[in-house]
Amino acid sequence: MGSTNSTLLKIPNVEVLMQETGFSPAHIIRLHDRFKALDKEGRGHLCPHDFGAIKELAMNPIGDRIIGAFFSPGKETVDFHTFVKILAHFRPVDKDRPKEPNSPEPINSRSNKLKFAFQLYDQDKDGKISRDELLQVLRAMLGMQVTDEQLESIADRTIQEADLDRDDTISFEEFRKSLEKINIDHKMSIRFLR
Amino acid sequence: MCETTQAVFTLNYPRIQIPFEITLWVLLASFAKIGFHVYHKITVWVPESCLLISIGLIVGGIMHSLHEKPPAVLTSNAFFLYMLPPIVLDSGYFMPTRPFFENFGTVLWFAVVGTLWNSIGIGISLFAICQIEVFGVQDITLQENFLFASIISAVEPVAVLTVFEDISVHEQLYIVVFGECLFNDAVTVVLYNLFNHVAALEVVEAGDVFLDIGRFFVVGLGGTIFGALFGFVTAFTTRFTGKVREIEPLIIFLYSYLAYLIAELFAISSIMAIVICALTMKYYVEENVSQRSCTTIRHVIKMVGSVSETLIFFFLGVVTITTEHEWNWGYILFALLFALLWRGLGILVLTQIINPFRTIPFNFKDQFGLAYGGLRGAVSFALAFTLPDNIGRKDLFITGTIVVIIFTVFIQGITIRPLLKLMNVRKTNRNQETINDEIHKRLMEHTVAGIEDLCGQWSHYYWKDKFMKFNNRILRKILIRDNHPESSIVALYKKLELQNAMEVLDQMSGDISAAPSLISLHEERKNASKSRKKFLSSDVTNMHELLSKNMYKIRHRTVSYTNKHTLPDDITAREILMRRHTSLRRSLRAGSFHGTNAAKMSQKYFSLPMGRSLNSRFPPRRLVHADGDIESEINYSSIRHPQRVSSKAVMPLRPLNTLKEVASSVNTVDGQNEEQRGCRRSHLGSNVSRSGHLTSHLPHGSSRNCSDGDHDAWVEEPQNNSDVQHPLMRRPHWLPQKPHDK
Repeated sequence: MGSTNSTLLKIPNVEVLMQETGFSPAHIIRLHDRFKALDKEGRGHLCPHDFGAIKELAMNPIGDRIIGAFFSPGKETVDFHTFVKILAHFRPVDKDRPKEPNSPEPINSRSNKLKFAFQLYDQDKDGKISRDELLQVLRAMLGMQVTDEQLESIADRTIQEADLDRDDTISFEEFRKSLEKINIDHKMSIRFLR
Repeated sequence: MCETTQAVFTLNYPRIQIPFEITLWVLLASFAKIGFHVYHKITVWVPESCLLISIGLIVGGIMHSLHEKPPAVLTSNAFFLYMLPPIVLDSGYFMPTRPFFENFGTVLWFAVVGTLWNSIGIGISLFAICQIEVFGVQDITLQENFLFASIISAVEPVAVLTVFEDISVHEQLYIVVFGECLFNDAVTVVLYNLFNHVAALEVVEAGDVFLDIGRFFVVGLGGTIFGALFGFVTAFTTRFTGKVREIEPLIIFLYSYLAYLIAELFAISSIMAIVICALTMKYYVEENVSQRSCTTIRHVIKMVGSVSETLIFFFLGVVTITTEHEWNWGYILFALLFALLWRGLGILVLTQIINPFRTIPFNFKDQFGLAYGGLRGAVSFALAFTLPDNIGRKDLFITGTIVVIIFTVFIQGITIRPLLKLMNVRKTNRNQETINDEIHKRLMEHTVAGIEDLCGQWSHYYWKDKFMKFNNRILRKILIRDNHPESSIVALYKKLELQNAMEVLDQMSGDISAAPSLISLHEERKNASKSRKKFLSSDVTNMHELLSKNMYKIRHRTVSYTNKHTLPDDITAREILMRRHTSLRRSLRAGSFHGTNAAKMSQKYFSLPMGRSLNSRFPPRRLVHADGDIESEINYSSIRHPQRVSSKAVMPLRPLNTLKEVASSVNTVDGQNEEQRGCRRSHLGSNVSRSGHLTSHLPHGSSRNCSDGDHDAWVEEPQNNSDVQHPLMRRPHWLPQKPHDK
């Protein structure tokens, strides 16, 4: 896998990256290897097609949403930095990190994890989960036997439970509030990214 | 004058006796198997092996009372040459390769070291017991003890895996058990031969021992290399079978069996040979053979393996009654005790040692599953039977083996499920979770699973990558007929499409309702009054139930591929892929990535790199199958000019029904709003026209071409790609897009 230092040096701005994301050098190297492996044509950036080649991801009910989360609106490629930054959302929360008053919130904070999940619903990025968007996600996650009415009632119920200002959509704040009992760190973290 | 009269009606039993009896026995065992599944409840609680043994016991009882002898099925030759290979081939062929190789170290560790630990531990303890005069078994030598111990150490996966499926045991555990069972067959057989050989010697010298250890490695590695060799030869052969599709399955079976036999010839591990052969060739063969051959191969392997296994358990029951038993309370009970004890200890110790090396360590529940799930089965039984007669206490050993097998299969097999369930108790009470929680949690689980897949596997990555490069550069060129480095997801999708299409033809039942169309939902929503519904608590409970039954499970809990008794089931995968059809379809279009319409959802992915056309990657001829399968040719001209129309409507994604194509059109610019929900495509070739009725043309199997008339249709309204023949292309195109000429 090459020696640590030489590989690290090849990545531009790696120090900043490590600082922002909190990944260790070993992880950065692994991620870099993975990035290169996905980038089959060696262009230095990934396009959606590359993500599509991952079979298991294609089998994921929300696979395309996950892939979409990597590409910011208008962009069609993902470079290594963005790749790592998005993956940083899934690092387990550092419990013993000192809270510097002026530093920006770490990428893997609870709030940012929730934002990531939120954006999976909110495809049109208007800051709210509309009923339709919710229906789509439900449709994607549920088997074919579920009928329309059932789907609709589930969606209605979901909105009812979360929607506090009665605008029939779920805003990020409402989303966050509705999930306050759930251990987001546990749910949205990947152990081996620690 | 006596003449022998010509009888009109003769009975010549001896002539057909042997095939007849074989057929009858197999039929009887199959009836038993059918019978179990009549009552679903039984199979839920009692593993099939138990049931088969029970039936065998009954039949054995009958035979015994009639003073008949059962057929000599479990003699050495019959078992090792005829009954065992199908089972092992079954296990090997359906072994999920990726997780297997990722856990290879663990699997080997548990299989080899674990079995050794068990054998030696049990052997020594039993020898110690033998020394106690009370039991009267002092004549059993150490070697014979080891022999017996090696016989009862071999674990069998059948019951365990069926149970594991229903409990949420994660993939890792599954693979380890699966792999362990596979390898420890080989290990046990090797040990058995080793100890057999040693038992025959009067004096054991240190040199002999080392020689035997060396032999162990030779056997193991030799088997592996042999298997790999045969695997490659098979793959190579299938490269040339394009014109003779009918014999493709035969070739697979012949080569596998040949690998087994030749390995037996050289006295190296035939089980390893056949397993590695199956593993190696599967990947290449499935690319070379036709869809039908692929299905045939899978079905036949499952069938023969299943029959073999059924027969073995059945005969276990029969023979239990009909053999001469030698019973010795002390020895046998202690054997049982030690078998359980040493396995438990072994798992505990081995897990402690290997956990630091694993990315996902085994927790206590896993260890319990591993230890308690160590059921003994067919291989032990056969080995016991094939003990050479010069072993004085052969009958005792046979009895002991049978006791251990029956105990583990019945007691452990039946109780493992409740115990695991007990250990799996949910911490939170389900009904206190809101629907909200459930949905979001599941979404998050899917997300994490997806990201994990994205990250790939951490540790063994390097070697895998190297192997894949080697594979792509060299092996694929040699072994695969049309070698196109196409995206694996497209290949998978195509394969599923074809399978899907064939299934549609098979089951034309109309019980699949029209797809819940979100368009209709959308419209109804617009029309319905926006009153807030009141939800009763019973409604909410129903919803919870609905969700728990219907939400797709996370990838690593879906272990359908490891169900030993059924074929891999990809209904879920199919449904998911169908839904993502549009995005996948776009991968075959030279389309743009982001739609400018902000309302578009999830339509953004898988575009070809700019400037490339499809033809360079997927020349049409690739999809023509000579054996009369669905012939489809992609007509790429239509793809290169995907006509899309913009629309101001915000249409949610409409999911696609898996087996029935539901045609519907979307809100068009001119407000035409046709709802075609409920129109069904009854077979592959039907077509939806823009005016809203089904025109079912395109007889299945003919090659079809896009007509220009429909091209124009596309310009005017967003339309279903009615005429694109390739299954991938043929779905309704429900999302309006910007006109896009490429």
